[in-house]
Amino acid sequence: MSNFFNKSDLTRQDADKIVSDTLNNCDDGELYLEESKSESIVLDDNKIKSSNYSSDLGFGFRAISNEVVAYSYSNEISKDSLKNSSENLKSTLKSIKGTYNHEIPKSNKKFYEDINPIEQKSLDSKLEVLNKVNDFLRKKDGSVKQVTASFAGEQKSIEIIRSGGEALTDVRPLIRFNVSVMLEKNGRKETGVYGIGGRQSYDDYLKNDNWKNVCEEAFRIASVNLESKPAPAGEMKVVLGPGWPAILIHEAIGHGLEGDFNRKKTSAFHDLIGEKVASEGVTIVDDGTIDNRRGSLTIDDEGTPTERTVLIENGILKNFMQDRHNARLMNTRSTGSGRRENYRHIVLPRMRNTMMLSGNQTQDEMIKSVDKGIFAVSFGGGQVDITSGKFVFNCTEAYEINNGKIGSPIKGATLIGDGPSILKEVSMVGNDMMLDPGIGTCGKAGQGVPVGVAQPSILIDKMTVGGTKL
Amino acid sequence: MVKDQEFLKSKASYCLDLAKKMGATDASVTVGHSISETVNFRNKSLEASDRSDGLALSIETYLGKRRSSISSSNLLNENIKTLIEKCFETTKITPEDEFNSLPDKNLLAKQISSLNLYDETRFENDKKIKYLKDLEESASSDKQIINTESSFTENKSNFILANSDGFCDGYKTSSFAASCVTVAKDENSMERDYEFSSKRHLSDIKQATELGNKAAKQTIRKLSPKKIGSEKISIIFDKRISKGMLSAFASAISASAIARGTSFLKDKIDQQVFANSINVIDKPDIIKGMGSQNFDSEGVNSNTLQLIENGILKNYLVDTYNGKKLNLKSNGRSGGTTNLYFEKGNISYENIMKKNSRSLYITETIGHGSNLVTGDYSVGATGFLVEDGEFKYPVNEITIAGNFKDMFKNIILANDLEFEYSVNSPTMMIEGMTVAGK
Repeated sequence: MSNFFNKSDLTRQDADKIVSDTLNNCDDGELYLEESKSESIVLDDNKIKSSNYSSDLGFGFRAISNEVVAYSYSNEISKDSLKNSSENLKSTLKSIKGTYNHEIPKSNKKFYEDINPIEQKSLDSKLEVLNKVNDFLRKKDGSVKQVTASFAGEQKSIEIIRSGGEALTDVRPLIRFNVSVMLEKNGRKETGVYGIGGRQSYDDYLKNDNWKNVCEEAFRIASVNLESKPAPAGEMKVVLGPGWPAILIHEAIGHGLEGDFNRKKTSAFHDLIGEKVASEGVTIVDDGTIDNRRGSLTIDDEGTPTERTVLIENGILKNFMQDRHNARLMNTRSTGSGRRENYRHIVLPRMRNTMMLSGNQTQDEMIKSVDKGIFAVSFGGGQVDITSGKFVFNCTEAYEINNGKIGSPIKGATLIGDGPSILKEVSMVGNDMMLDPGIGTCGKAGQGVPVGVAQPSILIDKMTVGGTKL
Repeated sequence: MVKDQEFLKSKASYCLDLAKKMGATDASVTVGHSISETVNFRNKSLEASDRSDGLALSIETYLGKRRSSISSSNLLNENIKTLIEKCFETTKITPEDEFNSLPDKNLLAKQISSLNLYDETRFENDKKIKYLKDLEESASSDKQIINTESSFTENKSNFILANSDGFCDGYKTSSFAASCVTVAKDENSMERDYEFSSKRHLSDIKQATELGNKAAKQTIRKLSPKKIGSEKISIIFDKRISKGMLSAFASAISASAIARGTSFLKDKIDQQVFANSINVIDKPDIIKGMGSQNFDSEGVNSNTLQLIENGILKNYLVDTYNGKKLNLKSNGRSGGTTNLYFEKGNISYENIMKKNSRSLYITETIGHGSNLVTGDYSVGATGFLVEDGEFKYPVNEITIAGNFKDMFKNIILANDLEFEYSVNSPTMMIEGMTVAGK
């Protein structure tokens, strides 16, 4: 746990006094202190290309009255610096008065350990794994032309000080291990990427030579793509595999259910609470409480304990994801979804681990039911236009389906759909829900935060596939 | 006030001295300070203010051909010392890489000419508020506009780059940026669009009313879109999309992608990669240019580069490390392009619109559908169906797809190039791409 009050002339008593004095006449706000340590080690082109360590320390001071949010941050934790920020906030909010809401829920549950993953594995042993990955893949097959492997690790300590002196703390570890391989055969080049990670130590993810499985998976995806044919273009049936393809859920409806867009009525979902937005059998939750998952948080970045929020239950829209600010303005409560990339950024309502729960059909039944369509197994990134509801995502491993059978692999194509209607096109929900391997980062308003997704196999009756073959 | 050169230089030399004292054979350090103030408006009233004040430090230490780096925002001497120790310890156990080195001394920038990148004008928050009020007033004048969000950001930065070969230079830059996002609604649909202006000097920022009107107009015309069928059709890319093609091209000719062999443009120097009417230039010394620089992120002098000449690829974007791998000298492009643009074509916007009886005009793409290894391109798109030179109706929920290798050879450029951003393109037409819709 970081002690933020032994770094300069700023004492805890000073900080409490400045915070209370600044926020007294406001509706909400807090001082957010953060210290992070992070590393990145990259092997590329047969060499250790970079090893970077970084440490960051700073505070963000926020005051909210009515609909106005004033924010000021600095990476100098000192009495002067905090006072300057305080003046800055007061000058923005000088004509707007509020009543401070002291209520904040409490919980003793923790979803990860207070560890520093960077220190738990020596640099030497990290370099050794990266070199093993490189040798393993290059020896595996003559078509391997490029290998990139990387470790990224972080420990972030935060403390939230609210008016009245209440303090809330959290220590958040996070790691990721990633392998990318490029193959070349008969003049064609294709890449395959796979990674794993979460909020435990590196070795929790790498035990039993698990790095080999990561290599095999990246190699397998690249090999499949070497045989790929041009993708079809037009509307057709789409079967999605379990796990990571749930970024469809994240893009198609997750963002549209974040509180800010609904308070501002700019989301296509803003007036659909209680309405049927998905086929029967479709239940979607956003859960910050799964042990050690990439998207899990013990408390959010406003100090609210996270929870499992039911977004859609059996097809009916139930809840939005809320931070304190949007919850207050919409007369509801925070769902523990207030997040920020770091102290440089304001809090926004964000997703944690977004999951579609299992139904009772099998992937086989889905494939057999399709005359002409595609089977999508793995994806790159996705994006959504909240207002029109249109979303896309890019296949990195997909196959044709002809007459109920899986056919040739197809080239990476973009799939496009309409968020508010796509879940009504879901006609089968599989019994095989799977979590993603722990690699997702969600971007919103220039801020990236780690997230997770999960889903079973699903059959979508109609979606547009953006290939080149008419 | 943004910290002055003296303060940054003293921190930089403290770091270099310390690294040397510990035994580093070479070192390089960047120290920067940046202050930003943003005001946000929504529906004609103040929504948020945001002030940021940040120092940043990054150091690379070398021990022969071994190298590692650290970065931090904590510039207290005590912390710097701990970090440099950690950095140097890491350097010692990092394997050697024969291509690691500081840039060649004779390539370093020597004389710095003023590119007028800093405007010291202070635009107080009250003035930002007045600007945004005017902007949103004009953006919301049509009753179909149901939400407006806008912001004004003022930034002042200063930096010093220093290395153990004696290079030590830096300069102040400023930027002012105004943006507006509007949402329009009718009985069939809700749509969003935007407009923004970003400049080095305050006086060059677009008028508030012009920005607001344009955002509103661009949003309203998207209402009640239709989906079209799947077909091959000529596509006209609005300037804000066509410049993205240039960015994809720039990524594909970066020395790192070439050296790693992960670019569809590897080994294409002196070969035809674009239509022969196409010229692409990267010019670092445009006065007040958003991408202008006196030297790159390693201190290497950067000159104007003709990347494409009559359709032929003439240069990669080369930094020191990847240059050594490829046996090429750095051309001052560590950190990428500067002010990158297509030279204008010789057909007017009107004539490009009329060139085919039916074409598709794209104003927005979504998704990350560019594969630079294979050149495959597939993205979600929004735009308008054009018939006989006129917008007929808005189109959405479609994708457009092709391969850059073919697309680049079929580009036709209009003559409407303007220098607004750090990457600039005229309106562009590409024939024979595939649209997937119904």
